Amino acid sequence: MRYSFLSLLANGLSGQSRWTPAWRDAAPKPAYDVIIVGGGGHGLATAYYLAKVHGIRNVAVLEKGVIGSGNAGRNTTIIRSNYLLPGNEPFYEWSMKLWEGLEQELNYNAMVSQRGILNLFHSDAQRDAYARRGNAMRLAGVDSALLDKARVKAMYPFLDFDNARFPIQGGLLQARAGTARHDAVVWGYARAADRLGVDIVQNCEVTGFLREGEAIVGVETTRGPVRAGKVAVAVAGSSSRVAGMAGLRLPIESHVLQAFVSEGLKPMVDGVITFGAGHFYISQSDKGGLVFGGDIDGYNSYAQRGNLPVIEDVCEGGMALMPRIGRLRLLRHWGGIMDMSMDGSPIIDRTPVPGLFLNAGWCYGGFKATPASGWCFAHLLAKGEPHETAGAFRLDRFRTGHLIDEKGVGAQPNLH
Amino acid sequence: MRIPCPYCGERDAHEFAYLGDATLTRPDPAAAEAEQAFHDYVYLRDNPAGAHEEWWYHANGCRQWLRVARDTRTHAIAAATAARVSGEPA
Repeated sequence: MRYSFLSLLANGLSGQSRWTPAWRDAAPKPAYDVIIVGGGGHGLATAYYLAKVHGIRNVAVLEKGVIGSGNAGRNTTIIRSNYLLPGNEPFYEWSMKLWEGLEQELNYNAMVSQRGILNLFHSDAQRDAYARRGNAMRLAGVDSALLDKARVKAMYPFLDFDNARFPIQGGLLQARAGTARHDAVVWGYARAADRLGVDIVQNCEVTGFLREGEAIVGVETTRGPVRAGKVAVAVAGSSSRVAGMAGLRLPIESHVLQAFVSEGLKPMVDGVITFGAGHFYISQSDKGGLVFGGDIDGYNSYAQRGNLPVIEDVCEGGMALMPRIGRLRLLRHWGGIMDMSMDGSPIIDRTPVPGLFLNAGWCYGGFKATPASGWCFAHLLAKGEPHETAGAFRLDRFRTGHLIDEKGVGAQPNLH
Repeated sequence: MRIPCPYCGERDAHEFAYLGDATLTRPDPAAAEAEQAFHDYVYLRDNPAGAHEEWWYHANGCRQWLRVARDTRTHAIAAATAARVSGEPA
């Protein structure tokens, strides 16, 4: 069923009883052209663009639980393309362009809201760094504006501008950035891929790979073996475990990142704001809760829950930025497992094992990348060569020295 | 999460800084395969879901490096021992 005002009206008049499931609950077939392991945003977007752009429709997405139950449903929903390095910026800008047309493309309301992201700076040195990043963005054709204190004050008068330690001097604004509803992105891609013939197989955990000599020719699953021409892995958080089944060691550590939602409020924060003197970012959901987060906990973890020191640190950042949230109650918080790569940038590449392709290492920036990640991974799978905007995301860049280290902290994943 | 420091007793993880996998050994730079070995040492990790040996530094305590055995699925700590064996030269 195509969603439209007419379908809404017709279903409203018939008591909302005639809606059909948005995608089929498929059972795995014995063989596919392409198997995508992982039914998160990236895997489903890959399946959609394979079918839509490249006409490869004999595709299955295998998900061990239900789709979108991993990091796609655990992030803080921010979309942006305010990167510095030439290996990253064109990719994230391509993603931003895909976000801008996503809802019409998928015929699904993903609640994409270009409410702007403002990165605050608190010192002269930080202003210089942000000016450099803003200029790099402009060179890549992306909007950016360096705001002084007065202009920031006009946007967000309630911030603590005269904080004794971290006075706000201004901010770098990307007005086209914003938020999107994370679950709706997953469901939208799932529905659109399903309509093009992609099988979305839930509760189907990959437990091993089928091999013929060196090559991988399919997967073993909890629902039986499935053969495939190509196997594409998009399981950020668990990439090392899945790649380990193929005998690969990855330049990745798994870390836990926590996120937080406050009780619901009337509209208060109408954009995304990041604190520059600590690690704290905040936006307000359409339901009214303040959605915020900060650093990863900093130690290897697969636990999907974190510890109290980071909660304290995040809340201290929030209080330094906007003291008025001090009386708010926290509604809930949770953790997700991040693929922290050794340079803080992702990997979209073929692996040394024939037939196996890898989409991994998204650190804590995977959500904003969802459309372009799917687009570029599908391009790689269909054409056998990287998409022009993802050419730097090679798996072997750690060997060749072509690292993409935005923060410049080296091979220490818990610092990216 | 609390780490049983052998010098200070059980202390909150807040006091510690994390380095990472403690099972890696720095390769011999004079070996024939040194370039490959250093790539693996610097960049590749087993990253297990389960038992993990790791380095922690008691920064806000005794300032000793510890080798901690921890389960990455539950954060349960099985053991914490001094990184430097007693009597070993500094």
